Amino acid sequence: MKIAWKEYQKDIADDNYFYARSCIRQNFFPGSEAAFLNILRQDLGRDVYEDPRHTSCTGIGYHSDIVPLETIMTVVARQFSLMTEAGYENFVPSCITSFGIYSEALELWHDFPELEEKAHEYLYKATGREFKKPKNLAHTSDVIYHHREEIAAKAKRKLVNVETGRPLRGVEHIGCHYAKIFPKAGVGGSEFPYVLAGMIEAWGGEVVDYPERRHCCGFGFRNYLVMANRGYSIANSKQKFESMAPYKPDFIVANCPGCAMFLDKWQYAISEMEGTFYGPDRQGIPVLTYEELAGLVLGYDPWDLGMQMHQVAVEPLLDKLGVEYDPSAKYLGKDGKFIGKPEECAIGSYTKNIL
Amino acid sequence: MSKKVIIIGGGVAGMQAAVTLEELGIRSVIIEKEDGLGGKLRRWDRLFPTMTPAEEVLDELKDRVQRSGVEVMTSCEVSEIGCEGRMVTLKDGSSLESDAVVVASGFDLFPAELKEEYGYKIYDNVFTTVDLERMFRNGGVRTVDGRIPKTVAFLHCVGSRDEKVNQRHCSRVCCITGVKQAIEIKQEHPDTEVYSFYMDMRMFGPGYEELYRQAQQEFNIHFVRGRISEASQTIDHRIQIKAEDTLIGLPLKMTVDMLVLIVGMKAGESNLRWSRCQGVDLYPSSFVKPKNLFLGGVESDSKHIFYAGTVTAPKNIGESIDEGIAAAHRVAQRLKEE
Repeated sequence: MKIAWKEYQKDIADDNYFYARSCIRQNFFPGSEAAFLNILRQDLGRDVYEDPRHTSCTGIGYHSDIVPLETIMTVVARQFSLMTEAGYENFVPSCITSFGIYSEALELWHDFPELEEKAHEYLYKATGREFKKPKNLAHTSDVIYHHREEIAAKAKRKLVNVETGRPLRGVEHIGCHYAKIFPKAGVGGSEFPYVLAGMIEAWGGEVVDYPERRHCCGFGFRNYLVMANRGYSIANSKQKFESMAPYKPDFIVANCPGCAMFLDKWQYAISEMEGTFYGPDRQGIPVLTYEELAGLVLGYDPWDLGMQMHQVAVEPLLDKLGVEYDPSAKYLGKDGKFIGKPEECAIGSYTKNIL
Repeated sequence: MSKKVIIIGGGVAGMQAAVTLEELGIRSVIIEKEDGLGGKLRRWDRLFPTMTPAEEVLDELKDRVQRSGVEVMTSCEVSEIGCEGRMVTLKDGSSLESDAVVVASGFDLFPAELKEEYGYKIYDNVFTTVDLERMFRNGGVRTVDGRIPKTVAFLHCVGSRDEKVNQRHCSRVCCITGVKQAIEIKQEHPDTEVYSFYMDMRMFGPGYEELYRQAQQEFNIHFVRGRISEASQTIDHRIQIKAEDTLIGLPLKMTVDMLVLIVGMKAGESNLRWSRCQGVDLYPSSFVKPKNLFLGGVESDSKHIFYAGTVTAPKNIGESIDEGIAAAHRVAQRLKEE
């Protein structure tokens, strides 16, 4: 990691982004997407445009063999046409799968120009729209990575244990579709990706390099979407947890919507199924998105960041960081109304030991 | 006036070419960029398949060079071959005239760090075959913290037959090097378990297949047909490897104390410089292309440029030395014709 990642850098636009949301994140981590926009617009003063007419990239359907190539190329072309119409050139999807899909479409069109012609034709016939390819394609984590030093300069806190003064230990998980499909598309390539590690280091934390670092979280579309394969999905996550646990990580930061969800929720499942906990005191390892991590560093309220949506309680991490939070406000919405609360379970409940 | 031939490179092929030229009455000058003669052989401990000490061969060649009165210029690098072999330019800008040039500039070792999935120069206990030779010379094989390794994995074809790093050729000698080193580890530490991951074992030379068989039957080295897909460091600084055993069709994961990457031969970086000279062509692999693979293996398309050793393709020590002799004879014949 000290050497290799430096060879794989990518161009990331500095401003004027066309933003495309993620299907999974809007449902499971809606606070993260809001945080991305707030951080970019308010904290960093950058221009981010989004168009409510944009759709799912249909990547999950594509990887599950129910959306054909021609269809997904046309969907991609339509997203790009919205960007073109708005006068933007820097496309920023908020999902690894989408990022992989857009990268794949661009690569295919580069290698097989006739396919790009087809995409133009299909889009025009279906919608009367036209498009230009983006000049810059970057994942949202690339954009946060690009601004990591600026975020560090504005930080309210560092990734440091306030009691011991030691850097917090973070496990980073970049997700298969970020760089394993097109290593050149990822900061640091596929073997020693640096996009999340760079954030952790810039914000004062320490990156844990554990043996199963590159292993898939287990989501893998068909692993999970086909119910009979779900045992395989959880087995992959378990393999990762067991490999990282000896390093006593304080948190996991995930790049991919699916990875964040599965690394979080499978910890709950494992704790309920066999009573195994990968954190101390019957707790799990909190799983964060990079926007949540950046938000905490910038001093955002954890409940504004949507961290009450996590299955694994995040409070142990908040305490280590010295984040002041109101436990009673955890399940209150922005309007102060009760938003509902999950059933009590060991890994999701945490009470600070005041002794 | 006596003829003068410049030999670029003082490895085994270059030394033998120079000695043979002197025997044929032709003055030769070796220009070597390192501070001494011997090329890659200087870093080697013992030679396959006979386990002959490398020094034995090297000292004999150096003796021959000394006895024959060959002029040797060390720490001196040729930047360009000019006038179709009638002149060379040195890195310091000076130039030397010659009647012919024998290019014996050898090969480069594949930089294992390019295959970053194996963690060379990132993880402590990942080594190359070159590192292992250094250990053999310096008292034995140990992990970074000085322990005798209980398990060692070798990985063949690192930087050979690999399109991802633009090294499509087979480096030929690495298979037998891996077998030799595996045996040496077992000789040094009989209780150490040695695993060797390969895609093909290419035992082309005399005694090679026999050594391979000996490695399996006598030394109980485990040969696994499958490539290692990735290596990672464990919390106690051992190396976790993942591979597929393609003979049983199952994935495999194991943790070893040391991982040894059997690095291949890469075309010498200087070959690109030589190719600027008229009559010198390169293969897509960047090894120099001889005039004719069958009838002119040490000749170029230029009348005064000849080749010897691994500048044209991966070869073993014996083949390289023989090419030195062949090149010298071709040079002598050509100069006689003129």
